[in-house]
Amino acid sequence: MMLEIKNLHARLADGREILKGVDLSVGDGEVHAIMGPNGSGKSTLAAVLAGRDGYEVTEGSVTYRGRDLFAMAADERAREGVFLAFQYPVEIPGVNNMYFLRAALNAQRRHRGEPELDAGQFLRVVRQKLKLLDIADDLLQRAVNVGFSGGEKKRNEVFQMAVLEPRLAILDETDSGLDIDALRVVARGVNGLRTPDRSIVLITHYKRLLDYIEPDHVHVLQDGRIVQSGGKELAAELERRGYGTFGEQPEVAASA
Amino acid sequence: MSASLETQQTIRSLSDEGYKYGFVTDIESDSAPPGLDEDTVRFISAKKGEPEWLLEWRLAAFRAWREMPEPEWAKVEFPPIDYQAASYYSAPRQQATPKSLDEVDPELLRTYEKLGIPLREREILAGVAVDAVFDSVSVATTFKGQLAELGIIFCSFGEAVKEHPELVKKYLGTVVPQNDNFYAALNSAVFSDGSFAYIPPGVRCPMELSTYFRINARNSGQFERTLLIADKGAYVSYLEGCTAPQRDENQLHAAVVELIAHEDAQIKYSTVQNWYPGDAEGKGGIYNFVTKRGACRGARAKISWTQVETGSAITWKYPSCLLEGDDSVGEFYSVAITNNRQQADTGTKMIHIGRNTSSTIISKGISAGRGQNTYRGLVRVQPRAQGARNYTQCDSLLIGDRCGAHTVPYIEIRNPSAKVEHEATTSKISEDQLFYCRQRGLSDEDALSLIVNGFCKEVLKELPMEFAVEAQKLLAVSLEGSVG
Repeated sequence: MMLEIKNLHARLADGREILKGVDLSVGDGEVHAIMGPNGSGKSTLAAVLAGRDGYEVTEGSVTYRGRDLFAMAADERAREGVFLAFQYPVEIPGVNNMYFLRAALNAQRRHRGEPELDAGQFLRVVRQKLKLLDIADDLLQRAVNVGFSGGEKKRNEVFQMAVLEPRLAILDETDSGLDIDALRVVARGVNGLRTPDRSIVLITHYKRLLDYIEPDHVHVLQDGRIVQSGGKELAAELERRGYGTFGEQPEVAASA
Repeated sequence: MSASLETQQTIRSLSDEGYKYGFVTDIESDSAPPGLDEDTVRFISAKKGEPEWLLEWRLAAFRAWREMPEPEWAKVEFPPIDYQAASYYSAPRQQATPKSLDEVDPELLRTYEKLGIPLREREILAGVAVDAVFDSVSVATTFKGQLAELGIIFCSFGEAVKEHPELVKKYLGTVVPQNDNFYAALNSAVFSDGSFAYIPPGVRCPMELSTYFRINARNSGQFERTLLIADKGAYVSYLEGCTAPQRDENQLHAAVVELIAHEDAQIKYSTVQNWYPGDAEGKGGIYNFVTKRGACRGARAKISWTQVETGSAITWKYPSCLLEGDDSVGEFYSVAITNNRQQADTGTKMIHIGRNTSSTIISKGISAGRGQNTYRGLVRVQPRAQGARNYTQCDSLLIGDRCGAHTVPYIEIRNPSAKVEHEATTSKISEDQLFYCRQRGLSDEDALSLIVNGFCKEVLKELPMEFAVEAQKLLAVSLEGSVG
């Protein structure tokens, strides 16, 4: 089992409880979509899994490949293969994208007892992945996310995922802010990374992404709990009926 | 490339060592008794076998100094210094000037080894000429032969006084007058030794000139004097780096550096400053009160200062450019880090005197712990400086919530055609940035080092390669323990 979340409760520093008993099992090679309206706790779930500061887990457990996820610091989780594609990728001025990614990859390789890649070897790895995501070479030489368009930032996240080859990838609203062409490219990238030993959790507001990345399971997160799970047909149902069915006003999906 | 991977890897090994250069070499000093009066000045001058004119020059400086108040305008705090308590001369005991390394005291050579300056290896591998200053007297100078063939003079200041008195007399004090300021006047009265370089017309110095400073004897203070002249069309790149042993008393370091660039000449002066900053409470660090100034004497002359200031309890330093020649260029690139109780008040002065002169100032201040970091800069455009241009960028980075960053730019424009731009930013190192790096697998320290090196990139890229690597190590070590 890749990921087993049991009765997860988490709150913010100000005491507000956001996750109120999440249960979720993600098997090896599975793609799960977590859908839900704004404020349902989707991004909090991603943040808690990745180990961001500012959240307190008050109850429940998360087991990642048989290990207690919360026993690991954020950087250790990453080196163990947990990847988060950020909803808002962060700018790091003065640090070139390529250098950043090589430092990250080598940190992970060291952790696994593999030899580090020098600049030349790294470049060969990177070249293959660039094609997958339609990324221009010059993006590598620019500072991390600085001056990137919204679409470039999201593509860069998936590109990093392609290079780092995680076991568990959590994509937090990777589709938001993308036009249809960019969405296709990102989806193609993610689809290209589907393997039997890699699991993907897609967090999204809209069904649109799921037209391009077909999930094995769809879950509806609402008010800090998973209120319904099903196959990909659940997404279509949501599209028709809106989240209102589950106690909220319908979202206008067409605005995307 | 902003930071090498090797650097990332050495951070952890360095971080456990504390101040690795904190050791004291056991060498008997030939020291002056503590105190400072005219006799002390005479003692120093006699000890160094100086000519009468230089003694008179020192005495004039001393008399000026006696009348001057200590400057109090800088944003630094420290208990009053008892100038009569220090000893103003200390030299390692040596029989005569060594002709080769074989004649140098083996104890000194071992000190260099600990500092990572194996002269022999450097001589062979690095192609860097090192004028190593141990305490106050230069003990070894390398590559002299090679340089001499090109007519380049690179030697200790004391030697220059003996061998090239006409050059010293012609230039000494012409950029930083004896009575320029309190610390410069003190230096002028009691300076011990330092470096001298002269690059003849049209000669491009084929190697980086480098000097290593080191404070050794207890309470001796260091009053280095550097004089660097690039004659018409000459080019030189000069590196200066310092480490100092651990101390309990505060130690005063008041150096003076004078640069002269003639017509079409170019001087690049790079410093990595790593004086002992004191312990976490600021106890025992070096006071680094330095006057550095360069004059672009001729048309199209260019002087670039690049500094990475990580050490010292207190830094008071404003490497400046007098842009006298038409179309001359001044540059100042600076990274200053203050951690724990360190204080830095540093910046530059760009004085535009000639026509179409231009200057660039890039200052990066990083504050962590309870560090206080002040950028203080002056851009002055004189009436005759038609078409003068300046671009200033001052960025401050805060780590934690107990440190401070201050920016004090002075701009004086007396010519309406001048174009002066000033940009300043202050940012806090963000949790988001750190988390982003950690989510990709980087440790806390590596994440911080990466972000800080990125912040300083525009300055670090101005350093010669071998210095850039050392500078990155220093940044990491200096900020050790400031996050997490």
